[in-house]
Amino acid sequence: MAGAPLLTTLWVGPLAGALVVMLVPGSQRAVAKWVALLASAGVLAVAVVVAVGFKPGGEHYQFVETHTWITSFGAAYTLGVDGIALALIALTAVLVPLLIVAGWNDASDKESAAHAYMALVLGVESLVMLSFVTLDVLLFYLAFEATLIPLYFLVGRFGGRGCAAVAMKFLLYNLFGGLIMLAAVVGLYVHSAAAGYATLDLRQLIDSAHHVDPAMGKLLFLGFMAAFAIKAPMWPFHSWLPGVANSAKPATAVFMMAVVDKVGTFGMLRYCLQLFPDASIYFRPLIITLAVIGIVYGAIVAIGQVDVMRLIAYTSISHFGFIILGIFVMTSQGQSGSTLYMVNHGISTAALLLIAGFLVSRRGTRLINAYGGVQKVAPVLAGTFLVAGLATLSLPGLATFFSEFLVLIGAFTRYPLAAATAVTALVLSAVYILWMYQRMMGGPVKDGNDRLPDLVPREILVVAPLIALLLLLGVYPKPALDVINPAVSHTLTTINQPDPAPKVMAK
Amino acid sequence: MTFPTPSIEYARLSPMLIVFSAAVVGLLLEALLPAQNRYRAQLALSCAALIASFAAVLSLAGNRGSAVMGSVMVDGPAVFLQGAILVVAMAALAPIAERRLAAFTPQGSTVPGTAEEQQAAGDGSIQTEVFPLLLLATGGLLLFPVASDLLTIFVALEVLSLPLYVLCGLARRKRLLSQEAALKYLLLGAFSSALFVYGIALLYGYTGTLTLTGIAQAIGEQPHASLAVTGMGLLAAGLLFKVGAVPFHCWVPDVYQGAPTPITLFMAAATKIAAFGALSRVFYVALPGLTTDWRPVLSAVAALTMLIAAVLTVTQTDIKRLLGYSAVANAGFLLLGVSGSQAGLASTLFYLATYGLATVGVFAVIAVLRRPDGSEETETAYWAGLSRRSPTAACAVALFLLALAGIPLTSGFVAKFAVFQAAAADGAGALVVVGAISSAIIAFAYARIIVVMFFHEPADRTIIAAQPSGPRLAVIAVAAATIVLAGVVPQPLLDLASHAGQFSR
Repeated sequence: MAGAPLLTTLWVGPLAGALVVMLVPGSQRAVAKWVALLASAGVLAVAVVVAVGFKPGGEHYQFVETHTWITSFGAAYTLGVDGIALALIALTAVLVPLLIVAGWNDASDKESAAHAYMALVLGVESLVMLSFVTLDVLLFYLAFEATLIPLYFLVGRFGGRGCAAVAMKFLLYNLFGGLIMLAAVVGLYVHSAAAGYATLDLRQLIDSAHHVDPAMGKLLFLGFMAAFAIKAPMWPFHSWLPGVANSAKPATAVFMMAVVDKVGTFGMLRYCLQLFPDASIYFRPLIITLAVIGIVYGAIVAIGQVDVMRLIAYTSISHFGFIILGIFVMTSQGQSGSTLYMVNHGISTAALLLIAGFLVSRRGTRLINAYGGVQKVAPVLAGTFLVAGLATLSLPGLATFFSEFLVLIGAFTRYPLAAATAVTALVLSAVYILWMYQRMMGGPVKDGNDRLPDLVPREILVVAPLIALLLLLGVYPKPALDVINPAVSHTLTTINQPDPAPKVMAK
Repeated sequence: MTFPTPSIEYARLSPMLIVFSAAVVGLLLEALLPAQNRYRAQLALSCAALIASFAAVLSLAGNRGSAVMGSVMVDGPAVFLQGAILVVAMAALAPIAERRLAAFTPQGSTVPGTAEEQQAAGDGSIQTEVFPLLLLATGGLLLFPVASDLLTIFVALEVLSLPLYVLCGLARRKRLLSQEAALKYLLLGAFSSALFVYGIALLYGYTGTLTLTGIAQAIGEQPHASLAVTGMGLLAAGLLFKVGAVPFHCWVPDVYQGAPTPITLFMAAATKIAAFGALSRVFYVALPGLTTDWRPVLSAVAALTMLIAAVLTVTQTDIKRLLGYSAVANAGFLLLGVSGSQAGLASTLFYLATYGLATVGVFAVIAVLRRPDGSEETETAYWAGLSRRSPTAACAVALFLLALAGIPLTSGFVAKFAVFQAAAADGAGALVVVGAISSAIIAFAYARIIVVMFFHEPADRTIIAAQPSGPRLAVIAVAAATIVLAGVVPQPLLDLASHAGQFSR
């Protein structure tokens, strides 16, 4: 397979799949769905090939492809992956087929809607993949911004009540951030042109990153950061997310939180830090403060939610705070932990939200109070929900434990106070998860819950791999860390931030 | 007193000569041919003239030099702009001529709502003068960006404007609105022409010459006299009126709404291309000596235009008015490119070409969205759930709106990037931020239309797309394909724009 354009296949594959889905005759809904599933499975296969072929100790960017594109703007079609991108590609490739199965019947109420739904899901996958594999700033921006369009339709057309307004809020928030970032991309190009190399190639820009004029660098950093902070979302730019979780279909909400939002944190790690190292260090205290506020705020607000979907959305805001904290403390443990956290949060949120979604679709309400005693009537559902919930609160032995632990260790070495504040979220997360479980699953069976059916085989097919991954990465995260660590240490070298030396020496 | 015999370079003038002679022949046809034969003859003549003129423009590629003793300057940008104007004119011909001029009133001279009007409609008479008028306007548009002395620019301005005033008032439906639009356009146009002429007079008084290069030379020798600056200001006001920049934009939404939709299409795309060509030529060729005076003004106008038009776009409920305000906002983005140095000219040219295409496309599509009685419905409240009734039309409208909003993967994004980049390279970073914020506001206005079309349930009153004629369908398809192509692989078109080079002096 040497020389095959694997990375191009990663994003063209789903796009081609989307086109084929749209060409299936309108009455053949099942065919359209199977085509979509096959396409996403094909992407997963390509991702596996990439992951197997990736050499952890080799070149920093591997599978590089380069073609000329818009020479007028110094932009080229350049693709390549490092360990961080690889982890997120794997996450995306694994989750999308599961989400297609989870949303199998989400779009069957309207005529030819199944086709549009499946095509949109594949379209989002294609653009997300492109934003992970590209090494060109303009191409990244293009994919980053274009993702909004299919997602907007996915939320606005297939969601529940009030979804059009939610989709609009999501679009406006992210479009606004994206356009600020566009101004920054323009500034970056003009700056590089003034310095005489007129390029938007990420690697060249990183090599010359230390020449950026400090005042300009700060402005450009803020431009990029605005887009990523809204996308991630970082407190206080988070307010679009709970609405999406509330109104969109669970599979769409998972797609948004588990996969697409990772482009935001990925962007911080790859673009903000490496392109503007000095500005990143300058703004580090501010961003870390916001991240810690987000961690605690998300957890406290989650406790007070009466709606299960909103509760999960707020837990995600807390977890995104951890990811951002880990990125910006700029230590190797912190950033490795954050990258691993992106993957683990994707899996655990997917599991939690999808199971909650299966439950909600049976009962028709999202109110936590409406449930009670579900574990007596639907033990498999309740059991898997518990495992996913425990993963969310980072119980040792489940995947998220390692990542949260690494982030906290990384934070302690540079910002002990921030880390100490963030640790309170461990307690708070136990409160919101266990209290929710107790109210919904425990106790006597409430009225209306006595005939809830347990998970059907299709749903088990979705949940089982997610739970298996949570357990696997919980006891043996080494394969992931082996890929991630070299990439993180490379990042830290480029921004010239070695880990702080231990203050207490061994006697 | 002796007059030198003027040298006339026919080859360099051929695109305009072809169109103007065809217009004159068309007028003769009106007088000589029996009524039932006129439509076919005029249509054939117009098609032939536009194609021949386009061929003449193509043959001029690479040809640089002046004609008629410096009144006309043929150079790279001129050829590019003339080509773009002719493409738009050819594209506009399809919707204009569709179904025997169905968008136009049967007899413009009848009073709306009278028995004469009904009788004219009953007789099946049609106003075939539309074709020669269109050709005359096209000729004026072709001359506008190549004219290189102030008098010729003024003549071109009037030649392009007068037929458009008439065409605006010829809508078949909502005739009063159409006539009101024509009158507004005429009055405000006359006002701006007066300003323009006054500016010419002052500049002539200061420099003693009318040619752009002569003016540049004279100002270079003794810059910053208040007379020259005042003249420049009046000149700029006249030109900014034509491009529809704030604060000279008030006519744009009214005229866009009132004019027959095919004329709106032509006017929105072609006038903008020609007017920006002329504006850039005047500022870059004649007034480089006053750059420090005009650049801050143009930058301020650009910022105001983008922001104010963007905000006003949001409140519109009629698609044609909305597109009118969006045209104003786009004029702001274009001014962003012009307010920089001449190095940004290629970006402006690229923007003009892609903006023209998107405008052609969107107006070509909205004209097929009709009420059950066959009349156009431009009120967006009636578009609820259009995507269920007519999915292809809804997708086409959405695509063109996304292109106008400058969303990635459409040509609009590349164009916006190009002008932002040109402006930022000239140190106008703050303007770029204003542009980005305005883009977000406009995108909201478009997104609302998309919400109505795609997310609302269709109602009984929801309109439906009529089957477009073959040529119109071709126009829409070509525009859509080019927009996507120029959004994904824009380099060939960017090369074309940058090969056009700079204005010759």
